Amino acid sequence: MINSLFLISHSGDIFLEKHWKSVISRSVCDYFLEAKEKAGDPENVAPVLQTPHHYLISIYRGKLFFLSVTQTEVPPLFVIEFLHRVADTFQDYFGDCSEVVIKENTVTVYELLEEMLDNGFPLATESNVLKEMIRPPTILRSVVNTLTGGSNVGGTLPTGQLSNVPWRRAGVKYTNNEAYFDVIEEIDAILDKSGTTVFAEIQGVVEACVKLTGMPDLTLSFMNPRLLDDVSFHPCVRFKRWESERVLSFIPPDGNFRLMSYHVSSQNLVAIPVYVKQNISFLETGSCGRLDITIGPKQTMGKSVENLTVTIPMPKSVLSVNLTATQGTYTFDLTTKVVLWDVGKLNPQKLPNLRGSISIQTGSPKPEENPSINIGLQIQQLAISAGLKVSRLDMYGEKYKPFKGVKYVTKAGKFQVRT
Amino acid sequence: MTTMQRLLQLPVNAVNIVKTVQSQVQGHEEDKSPVLSPDSGQQTWYSALQPDELRHLRSGGTGGGGGGGGGGGGGGDQEERGSQEDGGGGGSFQSQPLRHDDLKEMLDSNKDSLKLEAMKRIVAMIARGKNASDLFPAVVKNVACKNIEVKKLVYVYLVRYAEEQQDLALLSISTFQRGLKDPNQLIRASALRVLSSIRVTIIVPIMMLAIKEAASDMSPYVRKTAAHAIPKLYSLDPEQKDQLIEVIEKLLADKTTLVAGSVVMAFEEVCPERIDLIHKNYRKLCNLLIDVEEWGQVVIINMLTRYARTQFLNPNINESLLEEGGGADKTFYGSDEDEDEDEEEKEKKAEAAAMAKRKPYVMDPDHRLLLRNTKPLLQSRNAAVVMAVAQLYFHLAPKAEVGVIAKALVRLLRSHSEVQYVVLQNVATMTIKRRGMFEPYLKSFYIRSTDPTQIKILKLEVLTNLANETNISTILREFQTYIKSMDKDFVAATIQAIGRCATNIGEVRDTCLNGLVQLLSNRDELVVAESVVVIKKLLQMQPEKHSDIIKHMAKLTDNIQVPMARASILWLIGEYCEHVPKIAPDVLRKMAKSFTNEEDIVKLQILNLAAKLYLTNSKQTKLLTQYVLNLAKYDQNYDIRDRARFIRQLIVPTEKSGALSKYAKKLFLALKPAPVLESPFKDRDHFQLGSLSHLLNAKAGGYQELPDWPESAPDPSVRNVEVKESVPEWTKCSSREKRKEKKVEKPFYSDSEGESGPTESADSESDSASGSESGSEGSGSASESEESGGVSVSEEEEEEEEEEKKTKKRELKKAVQESESEQSSEEEDRKHERKMKQQKSDSESESDEEEESESESSQSESDDSESEAEVRKKKKAAESKPPSKPAKRETTKEKKEMSLLDLDDFEPAPSPQVTPVNNLFSNSLVTDLEGLSLSEAVLLPATITPSSALKSYELLHRITGEGLSVEYCFSRQPFSPDANMVAVQMQFTNSSASDTKSLHMEDVKLQSGMRVKEFPEIELLPAGETATAVMGIDFCDSTQAANFQLCTHTRKFFVSIQPPVGELMRPVFLTENEFKKEQGQLMGMNEITEKLTLDAKCRNEHAIVQRVTTAANLSRVPCGSDKECSPPVPPPEHPVHRFAGRTVTSGSLVLVTVATREEGAAQLTINCEKMVIGTMLVKDILLALTQ
Repeated sequence: MINSLFLISHSGDIFLEKHWKSVISRSVCDYFLEAKEKAGDPENVAPVLQTPHHYLISIYRGKLFFLSVTQTEVPPLFVIEFLHRVADTFQDYFGDCSEVVIKENTVTVYELLEEMLDNGFPLATESNVLKEMIRPPTILRSVVNTLTGGSNVGGTLPTGQLSNVPWRRAGVKYTNNEAYFDVIEEIDAILDKSGTTVFAEIQGVVEACVKLTGMPDLTLSFMNPRLLDDVSFHPCVRFKRWESERVLSFIPPDGNFRLMSYHVSSQNLVAIPVYVKQNISFLETGSCGRLDITIGPKQTMGKSVENLTVTIPMPKSVLSVNLTATQGTYTFDLTTKVVLWDVGKLNPQKLPNLRGSISIQTGSPKPEENPSINIGLQIQQLAISAGLKVSRLDMYGEKYKPFKGVKYVTKAGKFQVRT
Repeated sequence: MTTMQRLLQLPVNAVNIVKTVQSQVQGHEEDKSPVLSPDSGQQTWYSALQPDELRHLRSGGTGGGGGGGGGGGGGGDQEERGSQEDGGGGGSFQSQPLRHDDLKEMLDSNKDSLKLEAMKRIVAMIARGKNASDLFPAVVKNVACKNIEVKKLVYVYLVRYAEEQQDLALLSISTFQRGLKDPNQLIRASALRVLSSIRVTIIVPIMMLAIKEAASDMSPYVRKTAAHAIPKLYSLDPEQKDQLIEVIEKLLADKTTLVAGSVVMAFEEVCPERIDLIHKNYRKLCNLLIDVEEWGQVVIINMLTRYARTQFLNPNINESLLEEGGGADKTFYGSDEDEDEDEEEKEKKAEAAAMAKRKPYVMDPDHRLLLRNTKPLLQSRNAAVVMAVAQLYFHLAPKAEVGVIAKALVRLLRSHSEVQYVVLQNVATMTIKRRGMFEPYLKSFYIRSTDPTQIKILKLEVLTNLANETNISTILREFQTYIKSMDKDFVAATIQAIGRCATNIGEVRDTCLNGLVQLLSNRDELVVAESVVVIKKLLQMQPEKHSDIIKHMAKLTDNIQVPMARASILWLIGEYCEHVPKIAPDVLRKMAKSFTNEEDIVKLQILNLAAKLYLTNSKQTKLLTQYVLNLAKYDQNYDIRDRARFIRQLIVPTEKSGALSKYAKKLFLALKPAPVLESPFKDRDHFQLGSLSHLLNAKAGGYQELPDWPESAPDPSVRNVEVKESVPEWTKCSSREKRKEKKVEKPFYSDSEGESGPTESADSESDSASGSESGSEGSGSASESEESGGVSVSEEEEEEEEEEKKTKKRELKKAVQESESEQSSEEEDRKHERKMKQQKSDSESESDEEEESESESSQSESDDSESEAEVRKKKKAAESKPPSKPAKRETTKEKKEMSLLDLDDFEPAPSPQVTPVNNLFSNSLVTDLEGLSLSEAVLLPATITPSSALKSYELLHRITGEGLSVEYCFSRQPFSPDANMVAVQMQFTNSSASDTKSLHMEDVKLQSGMRVKEFPEIELLPAGETATAVMGIDFCDSTQAANFQLCTHTRKFFVSIQPPVGELMRPVFLTENEFKKEQGQLMGMNEITEKLTLDAKCRNEHAIVQRVTTAANLSRVPCGSDKECSPPVPPPEHPVHRFAGRTVTSGSLVLVTVATREEGAAQLTINCEKMVIGTMLVKDILLALTQ
């Protein structure tokens, strides 16, 4: 399946390689680097490349390319999904998935890769199992390790592979037994110039943080499960129970995991929490333009909108902007030409406004298109689908009484206003 | 001083020398990187680039000699730097080889911590791709090290370098052999893993032995490792294949989920052609599938897709009654909630289904098992699993069921952009074959300006594939926004997409063309160029209408520089020079001037233009042509020289010129067929979807072709497992089932326990209601699964559905009872009457068809308002008519049966029994029944089917058909082979003197997306006889005509069938509330309202209902007003009539409301997502109501 993996930095430096079958020379990456050069934007590099003898399948995460080499037919999504799982594991282990962090932890990374694939076929990808074999570095342990010369490799042999519940390690013990669930809903929307909704939908996830002793069997039920149109689950969820009763029944992995993600039935109209009044115009002559954006609350269900950000990718010919914000601060990145306005909390009494002038390179024509406005926001204590509520959480199989908590958050997903 | 400054101080030649030396020593030097400092190894290698560089510098300085002091100084300085960074270990820097010696020393020491440190550094070197092979002897000694951490790292090293140092690697083998016998399963597994990863040919026999032993290990984990080892050994020594297959066979029989995925992977790599090994394990694999780990699922599903293609019959090609019946059943139950049959009818249905099972095609239960067991995996979090299931459904499922994958695939579009990229590629391929599936998700493919370009272009592709008459306006509006994008590649792709929409959908061609012409004045040259190219293609379809556009484009030659665009314009002018007689020579003149500076493709087109002008207008252009040809004669490009020579010979008459020159005009000015703009994803589905080969559209190494369906099903019994074996296996399965059941039951009980228990008291109060609710649900499903547990291949899903149905039915019955109690007996009569009227109208139109006098039919229309008695009489008359032409009827019926083979199963259900039952139903229910497309088909085929022709149209007139006349009508029956098709009933009458033989259709020409199911060939139509046949057409919700040739043994006739918009829908049942709800969602642009004055004869309810239902295949929505308008009570002032239907192909709702007012005024409202259909339907219904 996967022959080799190369980690390549943003600038094209190959800083880690791992081979699971015969060694493949790193010169194979030249094809990729060439394609990367051609594409310009790293996002635009085709994930699958064909070279005379190999196929290169890559992902771009955290300013890094994970490039895998394969010689035979393999489902591309299989590889892509696996590479993302690798990146997730790094994130999980080191708190970040960047070049610096990976270089700092080369040996652990190498050990992880060794465990995750055998002969190019995924072996152990569950974080619970991996953590039992290779302990994640902590500050304390790294201090201890330098003193005693120990390492991160688990001293004992793992048992997880052998239990009936492959995603949960055995013998978990906590003094405080807690289970937290975050219901996070994201609004994906495209609004047109006049503010009417071209397309809007709600995607949600239930993120869980379960720290429970033993082998708890949990059942999570919702007030209004009919609302869920399309769902996908962590493998621990018993699908049949969901089919028949619309409850989530599962033995959770230990720690943080994504329990499910869902799509809210498109029948329900999507509440758009904010409106954007915008006027961006470029003058035909004189190489300048105007920008005036006001944001106000629309359907917020009485909650306040926080962490409001506005991102505007400007046309490449824009030289600089001269704006004033009534609230928050704005920055203009000269290389990417992106205006980022960090508004903060939305005050309904005094609506935030950003206005000013844009100057364009002299001589370049007036930009054809007005830039689109991307909104980021967060509303605490609200699930925008208005109705999805966790009704109860039951635990079987263990005697103690866990502490349970549910939190609701609404965020803007891909929320774009066309201008 | 920084490194850079040091570098700058070097003399130039030194730098050059350094470079050469660097390249010489590179291989060597890299081994001696300064990573190996004792305690801060990672840190140094992280900044290792610098020291490396400078070390080269120094060696350059000394080795080359010419470096002089500068080089030496740099080196020296670097040494310091290096030692600083290296900390304690820096002292050894001056002598490179010592670095490895240090490590060797560390490895040889007794302290585990030192060994570990050394190993860590070595691994870090490997990770960076540095060569550490000369440490092999030192490392391999530690293979037996007690410290598990050291051991692991040694394994890593061994696996990496064993291939290069085969002899030394042998030293480690005995350790692994010992490990294989270890009591700890994990040590056994890891020993096998490393042993099999060492690519040393000598140990092949040892590996083989180890694998064989591990395959029968008691630990499933070790067996899994054995499965992993199989492909490793195979790649090392393919000669072992036969022995390995034996091991695979053994492991395939393994019943643990842990092994299943790995062994199938081994199977795929070693012997994918040995499909026979799967037979016995097929059912087990299907049943285990859901519990296998994600990666294994992907491999198993892909393999089973191939397997199923060889073992089962195509569910779509065969006119599979069971499938279609099943499919129809499903939609029927799903959409219609008025499940109002009696038990009696149910039984009949069951009978029918049972009979259906005896029909030639039945889906193999194993096929069904696969589909059912993979379906839940669409909910997997793993995109690869979802994609695997999606491709399985696409390749294996009956058409009606494929739709379920769309939602899951659309969900994946939220994922990482790489996932999106792959999914969109596959969706693009799917949309070509199964457009309807993704149409509801059209908006999910809308493009955001922040998407990467490659995603944008793929989304565009999908949008273009999804475009049809009904959604084209929305799509074009969307495209309008895209054209303004800053991303020019994307804009170009959008223009191409518009061009494709315009070619595919005739109605918008002019609009698109206008839009594109406007783009010609765009400031961006690329946009203009792309538009020119697309316009050229569009104009080729109808050039005569657009000479002004051609003129406009001719003017553009002065400005446009993009070669492709220039070439396109020139080609256009040349091709249609007759339409622009004045401009063309002038353009040639200009081009002749700039000829030498043009690109090659432009030059070729100039030659082309010159040649064409010479032929049509030699007077004006002779000299110019000569000039251009002369220029071309001396061109650098031989293609152009060749072309010039060729053209000259062809067009300029000389005494030598060959026979061809007189045909020059024909050659150059031949009518060229318009280009077909089609998707690059067309026909990609011959590659298995989701595969690498599909993505690249080229066969990748090791790709297994997706086999075609077999003609006849191979023996299904091969999958039967012997009883002795099967008992444990099935009990295993059922125990699995039971385990699940237990899980199902448990919460039910424990729930209630929990509520009473003290621990749950905290939340029991609020939960008691929901708890009991879920409890009752749970008990229902539990009992169900108990039932199904008995049946080996359980039909749980269906049963669940049935359960739902039952409850719905119960509700409905209640409603019926209520309404019945309220209704008087008169009401029932009335309803009866309406029913008969329906039949009457049917028979009337039939009489029409049978060439009765026009007057009667026109009179019949006025009958609507006549008394009941008259109606009855009419009906009788209609009924008595058929026997008067017994011969005709018989043939009709016979043919009918032949063509609708699948329907005659239902014939035993006699209609007379059905009708009285219906009579007992409430008023509303009868109308409901009208809406139940299937119930009609099932219950009344004998009476209605042959005579149900509504309005017939002429397909072929007696005169033009030389005695053969053909009429067709839309029978409004569901077309059973394909639910998305409209059934068209054709009646062939042979009025000539001779027999007509082998009547069939050929050469079907359709708009893209449309499909036709041809009627079976009629072998013989004797003179004077009549025959009927039914064909199905999927009009794709458009009123485009289906053109085809009707062939007899002697002649071919071009004919076309164009449906009235009202026939593009099938009735659905909605309650009034549902209707209003749906209507509420189809407001705005989707609503069309017209005021009208009802025809004088059409002011009562019957007339309105009758006319509307005649005009369009809709069903009446029973509403509150029904009660009000029952006869004895004075009719309500202004009743509102509602009708509902769905379009046949896409299933979009069509809602029609006729609200009557005073004095025959009325308001007609149509709500339909498909605006085109809506507008057309308004016209039709208006016409029906006002005349």
